[in-house]
Amino acid sequence: MIEIRWHGRGGQGAKTAALLLADAAFATGLHVQGFPEYGPERMGAPITAYNRLDSKPIRVHSNIYAPDIVVIVDESLIGAVDVTAGLKNTGSIVVNTDRPPSSVRELFAGCPGAIYAIDANEISMRTLGKNLPNTPLLAAVARLTGIMPEDEFIENMEHSFMHKFSTKPEVIAGNMNAIKEAWKGAVLI
Amino acid sequence: MSRRDRLSGNEAAATAIRQIDPDVIAAFPITPSTEIPQYISSFKAEGLIGTEFVTVESEHSAMSACIGASAAGARAMTATSSAGMALMYELLYVAASDRLPIVMAAVNRALSGPININADHSDSMGARDSGWIQIYSENAQEAYDNMLMANRIAEHPDVMLPIMICQDGFITSHAVENITIEDDSFVKDFVGEYNPEKYLLNPDESLGVGPYSISIFYMEIKRQQFEAMNNARAVIAKVSADFTARTGREYGMLEQYRMDGAELGVLLMSSSAGTGKEAVDMLREKGVKAGLVKIRVFRPFPAGEIAEALRGLKALGIMDKSDGFSGCGGPLGAEVRAALYGKSDNIKTINYVYGLGGRDVKVADFEEIFAELAAMRDGAELPDCRYHGVRE
Repeated sequence: MIEIRWHGRGGQGAKTAALLLADAAFATGLHVQGFPEYGPERMGAPITAYNRLDSKPIRVHSNIYAPDIVVIVDESLIGAVDVTAGLKNTGSIVVNTDRPPSSVRELFAGCPGAIYAIDANEISMRTLGKNLPNTPLLAAVARLTGIMPEDEFIENMEHSFMHKFSTKPEVIAGNMNAIKEAWKGAVLI
Repeated sequence: MSRRDRLSGNEAAATAIRQIDPDVIAAFPITPSTEIPQYISSFKAEGLIGTEFVTVESEHSAMSACIGASAAGARAMTATSSAGMALMYELLYVAASDRLPIVMAAVNRALSGPININADHSDSMGARDSGWIQIYSENAQEAYDNMLMANRIAEHPDVMLPIMICQDGFITSHAVENITIEDDSFVKDFVGEYNPEKYLLNPDESLGVGPYSISIFYMEIKRQQFEAMNNARAVIAKVSADFTARTGREYGMLEQYRMDGAELGVLLMSSSAGTGKEAVDMLREKGVKAGLVKIRVFRPFPAGEIAEALRGLKALGIMDKSDGFSGCGGPLGAEVRAALYGKSDNIKTINYVYGLGGRDVKVADFEEIFAELAAMRDGAELPDCRYHGVRE
């Protein structure tokens, strides 16, 4: 089982990213869970979303305390929230940041796991014209999980976006560009 | 042909309602069940259901509209949670005593205060004496399947009682999971048409529903409700067996998990059962004789089945996701102990109050509880009732 914990702020799309990842994994035949942790629902408040992906049916209904992957959608959460709590020694951190590698390493001094950095804000601004870092991060995380190859993921996402954005098709192309750029956009620090 | 899908618990309940296509739905939005009427509204707009969707101004009115529709002879449904269900309480008793087989998708949420939107069973436990059949679901699949079985149970001529199909707010209502969805034609065939024997809009037979009942009649009405609730046992068994035969998915009054040879057991309802099963498997691997019983049907209460399932245990944790504030435990604790009385008096029990207001329940919580049960089996003196997973 792969357990993923997403840390973002209300409005950044962490929940949507978790649900889209669940969709993609489901399409490969896996058993999935995608769920948010609901607190006070307001823009900018720290929120958490979760994924479990497994070849067997998933029975546990709790939050995730020993994740394989933590995704940090908003760098300003580091320090405010214990984003790497319980991360497995073999786990990975995916962080949305524009810092140079040495500075990223400092952010996670003493943390276990591999660190992947991606400037999802920049990719989002360039491809979508606004700051929605969840789409690029989704691609980076999907690659890391190894649930499906690049072309299959891209095709799958196009299908999801056509469904999700059926009332605003003008945003599909931008999201697809964000996905394609971000697939290989995460750098192992 | 059934199909593999991934849906949240609310989507699963709404899908079942679309496939059943009831005559009337009256509902008022309240977190976390809001999505259900929201989906129904979309189904209606898209022409996928022929249902008359009544957007009322409160849950009191939602249940009143369901009562009116059901008395008229329609198949009526609603969805609610928490304070919404509390606002219906007066009418829940009316629906049950008028013998109206209304179906409610109940998404369990704590009651205020402090105000809280997350899961526990305080809302439906407050309605446990209202005369409704209550079925609890562990996951989206069970929420869906129980919804498909609800009408046939409630509308059976031997029963004619309202039914609520409960699932845990957010924990399953907002979690997307794998699920098997049956064909629309399968559901239509399985659920069947509702043809009430007596109904208000029958021009050939006049009928009064819900009149004032003086002392010389009131008690007979209650005696008939008692009879109907008891009749529901056989009907639930029959409908569940038919469902199992057609889908392969098994349902009884309760589910026993690794109870063969178990010495330590927990008994609980809804979403935490899955988490508990995971803990049981881990403990069994370590040689701990752990088992789990999940209550599916809480009303009618399966006292006989519970006593039978727990026989052989040395220590039992009865887990309540609500505190009845009796000062000596929650409703499951009281009723399960009553079921054991005189049958399995040698089982040592603790009543745990846990998971209130969405307090997360982890595999580790069950490991702690089983460790306490083992200590109690081995002679440790523990209180009859305690809160688990709380700062004190």
